[in-house]
Amino acid sequence: MSLWLTLAVNSIALGGLLFLLSAGFSLIFGLMRIPNLMHGSFFMLGAYFGVTFLERGLDFWLAALLSGVAMALIGGLIERFLLKRLSGQELPQVLLTLGFSFIIADLCLMIWTGDPWQPATPAELRGALQIAGLFFPLYRLVIVAVAVVVAIALWLLVDWTRLGAKIRAGVDDAPIARMVGIPVSRLFTLVFALGAGLAAFGGVIGAPYLSVYPGMDAEMLPLALIVVILGGIGSLVGAFVGSFVIGFLYNFGQAMFPDLAYVILFLPMVLVLVLRPQGLFGRGVS
Amino acid sequence: MKRRVPRFAAIGVAAVLLLTLPSWIANSYYVNIASQILLWAVAALALNVLVGYGGLVSLGHAALFGTAGYTAALLLQAGHGHFAADLAAIAFTLLVSAVFAVLSLRSTGIIFLMITLALGQILWGIAYRWASLTQGDNGVNVATRPQLFGISLATADAFYYAVLAVFVLAAISMAIFVGSPFGASLRGTRDQARRMNALGYNVWLIRFIAFLFSGFWTGVAGLLFVYYNQFISPQIMALQTSAEILLMVISGGTATLVGPIAGAAIVVVMKNVISAYVERWNLVLGVIFVLIISFMPDGLIPGTTRIWRHGWRALRARVALSRAGRAP
Amino acid sequence: MTALAVNALCKSFGGLRVTSSVNLSVEPGERRLIIGPNGAGKTTLFNLITGELSPDSGSIELFGDNITKVASRKRAHLGIARTYQIITLFARETILHNVSLALLGLSPLRWSFFGNLDHQRHIAESAREALAHVGLEGIAARPLAQTSYGERRRVEIAMALAQKPRLLLLDEPFAGLSIDERRDVQQLLRRIPRDVSIVMIEHNMDVALDFAEKVTLLHFGEVIVDGTRGDVVNDPRTKEVYLGH
Repeated sequence: MSLWLTLAVNSIALGGLLFLLSAGFSLIFGLMRIPNLMHGSFFMLGAYFGVTFLERGLDFWLAALLSGVAMALIGGLIERFLLKRLSGQELPQVLLTLGFSFIIADLCLMIWTGDPWQPATPAELRGALQIAGLFFPLYRLVIVAVAVVVAIALWLLVDWTRLGAKIRAGVDDAPIARMVGIPVSRLFTLVFALGAGLAAFGGVIGAPYLSVYPGMDAEMLPLALIVVILGGIGSLVGAFVGSFVIGFLYNFGQAMFPDLAYVILFLPMVLVLVLRPQGLFGRGVS
Repeated sequence: MKRRVPRFAAIGVAAVLLLTLPSWIANSYYVNIASQILLWAVAALALNVLVGYGGLVSLGHAALFGTAGYTAALLLQAGHGHFAADLAAIAFTLLVSAVFAVLSLRSTGIIFLMITLALGQILWGIAYRWASLTQGDNGVNVATRPQLFGISLATADAFYYAVLAVFVLAAISMAIFVGSPFGASLRGTRDQARRMNALGYNVWLIRFIAFLFSGFWTGVAGLLFVYYNQFISPQIMALQTSAEILLMVISGGTATLVGPIAGAAIVVVMKNVISAYVERWNLVLGVIFVLIISFMPDGLIPGTTRIWRHGWRALRARVALSRAGRAP
Repeated sequence: MTALAVNALCKSFGGLRVTSSVNLSVEPGERRLIIGPNGAGKTTLFNLITGELSPDSGSIELFGDNITKVASRKRAHLGIARTYQIITLFARETILHNVSLALLGLSPLRWSFFGNLDHQRHIAESAREALAHVGLEGIAARPLAQTSYGERRRVEIAMALAQKPRLLLLDEPFAGLSIDERRDVQQLLRRIPRDVSIVMIEHNMDVALDFAEKVTLLHFGEVIVDGTRGDVVNDPRTKEVYLGH
């Protein structure tokens, strides 16, 4: 009984982290029409940044925010000076992000070595919460709370601001949006930076729970890919729902069928791509 | 005839050099590098059938490569003979290629890329996690290399000749394939799929057959690989390997047959050289990827032949001018 | 028996009706012109006839055979050929190779893994014949990238004619051509024998009316007027559609 409960709590915690990772991925995919194959790298690098900031004695939340800002800057620069050169050529852009994922992975290995880092959970958030006689690790619930807060903030941004309207227009139909005067090119840079920043922030938030280790990028990217394909490209609602679905699928799948862990994850993605390319909530990629 | 002579001469020279390689390269380390270049050239040529001639970029080909290698290795370990193991490996790889094709050819472009990526990951995950089947991270050992016509392939030189023979077969097969009417149809679907459909071609079937052809030779390359190393582990089926093969194709250039061969040579040599000094191959791989895609999208071969022809013409023009200047 | 019979054909995209119960009847050897303002659904109608789009309801008959459910790639084999509004040629190849591909599409040779397409004598000859029809046989070996827009339009027509179709669909064949080029295309269209039935979409009525025997006017996906050239030109509804209400 308590194993399933633990798995469930872990699943929603993972779901929360996946949302922080996938929301940006979904927006980038929806707006720029490319699966950003360095998104897992943003998550991992952000986590490593966080670890270094924490080592310097920075407050946990500050470290997370700073890491997000730093990654947003890096992401923005990459988009502005490298991806934009290949404007209109999606396939080369995807391959560019792939190349960068190798670069970042190796740089991280060089700088932070192969040992995993696990920063301590912030002092005030340790321990467990007791609800109805059951104990829930506090920090994992905090992760979910953070994800929900970010989700609300993103929703407000996308649905209630003019910037959000422009982003939605770009996701709907970039050429037309351009014609109407929306600076789609600048939006690309902004959204790419935002996605990178969110992923990095998520990486730091997740660090006390998942730890930070080489190869983490290669584990997180497929999850983001699956969440977004399942939930629909460009759909934040889809990313939210999909994140928790995949969180559960991943944890329970690992526990029950360790041999077929990857099959359980990727098969739904393949099925969706083949049968319903627009995902459960989103619009198609064409 | 004028344009053919230099090309045939080049092929002739290359053939002579390759055939006599073990005699002018005495060191078996370098002979082994040559074997690696040739076997990866087969894989690169195979991928280029889809990428260059079909316009379909796959990031899942390492899985086909590894499937052949693993099938052979596991069957050999179970006590089967080389011929049976190799035949079964190729047959199974063709089956997996067919499944890949049916699932991924629902789309083109980026969706095709993502489906092949996902399928490749599934197979990698099986190789890695389903340890009871594949021995997971421990990998599978291959005790001996086969004997061809009674000759043992255990030495570097003998194995080199075997790989060379397979490479030549592959190269000839590719040349025939791309020059054939079917090859012309495939190129047509790359450039104007909708138009080809209206002209009466079965675009899906053309791509499917091309995928099988590509999968076949990828599997053959995988067999060469597992015999070369006499060992196979899940890493060979990882996304990074698919990216390396793709890098071979795009660095050499997708528009020709020579391109992937040159690309394989470039990548294999670099990987060996760099790995000898420093553990930063991944970093270099990434940087080269970024550079080539950003600045030399046609690949190195078309780029350099353009420069070569440009330089040659400029030289001839200058010679003609100077001669005209000396006319009475 | 009609060459082409379109019966109550309907197609909608979401809420937008692009083809609204269209009826069309083309006799063998006829020269039919389809006109209408932008967005009237002319090209969509062509796409339905060639099978690139599936109708929501209605049927299409080619020389008496119901081809509504026939896959689009098979319709070329049944004798339908078309040109496109936007030129969709094989830019990396020569003119001859472009036309050869058109011929190869109907030939079992397209499944051959051996031999070279450019060495197939009978295909090359038929390709040159088709190019001669459009006056381009002199530059057959030229790469498409080095041809003019007018020449490319003619290559499109050559590719369609090479397949010896029974029904030829021309989508704005005069678009973007100079006056001289238009005259050339008009002449070559007139030379097409009567065993080919032709349906043409054209925007520019001056150029196309000359050619047409019967005219169909489409507007918002519906057939507004249908009849001989004289009837349609003089019909008050035609003026209304083109000049506004």
